Amino acid sequence: MNEILNEITLFSVVSLGAIGGVAAIILFLVAQKFKVIEDPRIDQVEELLPAANCGGCGLAGCRALAEAIVKAESLEGFNCPPGGSDVMQDIAKAMGWEAGETTPMIAVLRCNGTREQAPPKVRYDSAMTCAFAHALFAGEGGCPYGCLGCGDCVLACSFDAMYMDKETGLPVILDDKCVACAACVKECPRNIIEMRKKGKKDRRIFVSCINEEKGGVARKNCKVACIGCGKCLKECKFDAITLENNLAYIDFEKCTLCRKCPPVCPTNAIHELNFPVRKQKPAETVES
Amino acid sequence: MEKLKTFVMGGVHPPENKLAEKQSILRLDPPESVAIPLSQHLGVPAAPVVNKGDEVLAGQLIAKGEAFISANIHASVSGKVAKIDAVIDSSGYRKKAILINTEGDKWTDGIDQDESLVTDYDLDSKEITRRIQDNGVVGMGGATFPSHVKMMVPKGKKAEYLIINGVECEPCLTADHRLMLEKGEEIMVGITLQMKALGVDKAIIGIENNKADALEHLERLAEKYPAISVQGLKVKYPQGAEKQLIKALVNREVPSGKLPIEVGCVVHNVGTSFAVYEAVLKNKPLMERVVTVSGTSVKKPGNFMVRIGTPVITLIEAAGGLPEDTGKVINGGPMMGKALNDLNVPVTKGTSGILIFTEAESKRPPEQNCIRCARCLTICPMGLEPYLLAQLTDKKRLEECEDERIMDCMECGSCLYICPSGKPLLDHIRVGKTRVGKMIRERAG
Repeated sequence: MNEILNEITLFSVVSLGAIGGVAAIILFLVAQKFKVIEDPRIDQVEELLPAANCGGCGLAGCRALAEAIVKAESLEGFNCPPGGSDVMQDIAKAMGWEAGETTPMIAVLRCNGTREQAPPKVRYDSAMTCAFAHALFAGEGGCPYGCLGCGDCVLACSFDAMYMDKETGLPVILDDKCVACAACVKECPRNIIEMRKKGKKDRRIFVSCINEEKGGVARKNCKVACIGCGKCLKECKFDAITLENNLAYIDFEKCTLCRKCPPVCPTNAIHELNFPVRKQKPAETVES
Repeated sequence: MEKLKTFVMGGVHPPENKLAEKQSILRLDPPESVAIPLSQHLGVPAAPVVNKGDEVLAGQLIAKGEAFISANIHASVSGKVAKIDAVIDSSGYRKKAILINTEGDKWTDGIDQDESLVTDYDLDSKEITRRIQDNGVVGMGGATFPSHVKMMVPKGKKAEYLIINGVECEPCLTADHRLMLEKGEEIMVGITLQMKALGVDKAIIGIENNKADALEHLERLAEKYPAISVQGLKVKYPQGAEKQLIKALVNREVPSGKLPIEVGCVVHNVGTSFAVYEAVLKNKPLMERVVTVSGTSVKKPGNFMVRIGTPVITLIEAAGGLPEDTGKVINGGPMMGKALNDLNVPVTKGTSGILIFTEAESKRPPEQNCIRCARCLTICPMGLEPYLLAQLTDKKRLEECEDERIMDCMECGSCLYICPSGKPLLDHIRVGKTRVGKMIRERAG
């Protein structure tokens, strides 16, 4: 009896061992054949990225950016908006490359058509989605360029950097939370939100309007619309302001933040943010 | 009478509310000023041929449609061109329009203003099409597709049937109904003209049996025209849609993304047939149309023959003024129409009705969660899955939207009407269609 048992045990051990051995060899060969050689630097770079997966760099998440950076062997043309300059410096140090200086950007709402400035003429009665409202009509205030106030941008923000101000009906961008991923820029059906240079001490000057209608028409709907009068153009000594289609635009690359243009704007359409209060005759600007 | 026909797939039965069906068409005097939009048709906007300050006569060409799919636009009143400027139109946005201040009512010499019926003509197909094109006739059902383009059958295709749409399946609207009753003979002559232009020998007029008087009237008139038959249809929305009407009348299905000519059919509205009659035999451009003004709160609901470019408010005043508790003013029918955000919007070639809803009527039900009842699937006349299209649009999965045939949606609004959870399904799908359309155009380069 014992002998038979021993025999079965022996047979099992030997045969299973043999099968295991053969399988191991096959697996080894297959693994050699289909081996994926991955640059260990990709993991290294990914480690340094903020893991927000926001898509602000234009690629599908942080891993994709890391792969692209390692493949290109340089940091030129790559930017991680949430990480900013610091992260790029870190990556450069770890990889032993040169890192260019990246300018920190921030989302800026270029509309100041609050309920008070652009009083609603009709009532919108459908799902609160800007995409629907944009397809239906010019907006409660009547401005075909203005903010619709349904908050698609707020929903698109994955950093809690925006909220809807119930009183004004406009979204508010929080300076300290915005990482310039531009998700809101893509979401807005009217392209009201623009990525602009964050500026020294977070100071920014911009035309808070994108209305290209003639001055009179724009003004009829909104008291703070840019009417394309060109006064700011004459005031600017740095050629930073251009006037096209009845709309002034301040180039943030050229603007020196000299604060000459906001006071001359007859409709207070030019906003300055985070500046100290003016001593004489403070301009009545409403911070958006 | 023969058995009533209808289409098979989907459809709904909204309350008809045809309040103005007994009111005969009332011709309104030309308004003090008109704003005539340059884009009143599908396709490329017309290019103005008059300048500010020019004196124009009613019926004079003021903008020329030069592209293949475009239509001429004529002055609807005589007077001085005040300016060419952007005015708010029914889209809710400002669009270019020609504004004319009315002075008197002088018509151009070419127009035969005599009301008497003309039945004899000796014109060939080319000449008929040319006159339709010159006089700016477009589809009067609401889609405003330039009529002369439909008359040109593409090479390799052959038209067998001319289908005349007298369905008027939208609730509340009665403009076509009244036109059939009052201008039946003219419509018949118009149909013969259209048949000649197309080179077909069979025409079918489809009329829903809630318009029994019109059905009877046209059946009697059709006895004189052996080529034209009249077919009664069961009441079902959206039977007035091209593809549904073809299915109901000749039992053919237009393939996805194709035009009716694919199955040998060309569909025209009764209003278009009347406009064709006037354009070809009276040389009168499309400068007037019948508009229904209706609503439960309206004092005098009615059907009005008005000049193109008349402000909507003038029409409302003719119907007894704007009621106090008005919630919405709708341009078009209650199912497919659109709320206006300004009452000075001009009447265009495609305006079939102005509906006034009270505050209570215009309220949308609160939106709740989808309960997976699949009613939107059962009623969709195109066999689509509205709930799915809405969700895919929300998630921006546009390729899948395209695979689910979102572009086949004709925006009839049945899904939105039937949804027990009050979901604005059609609004989602409209946004989806715009996005998918953009994607397809980008892909094509």
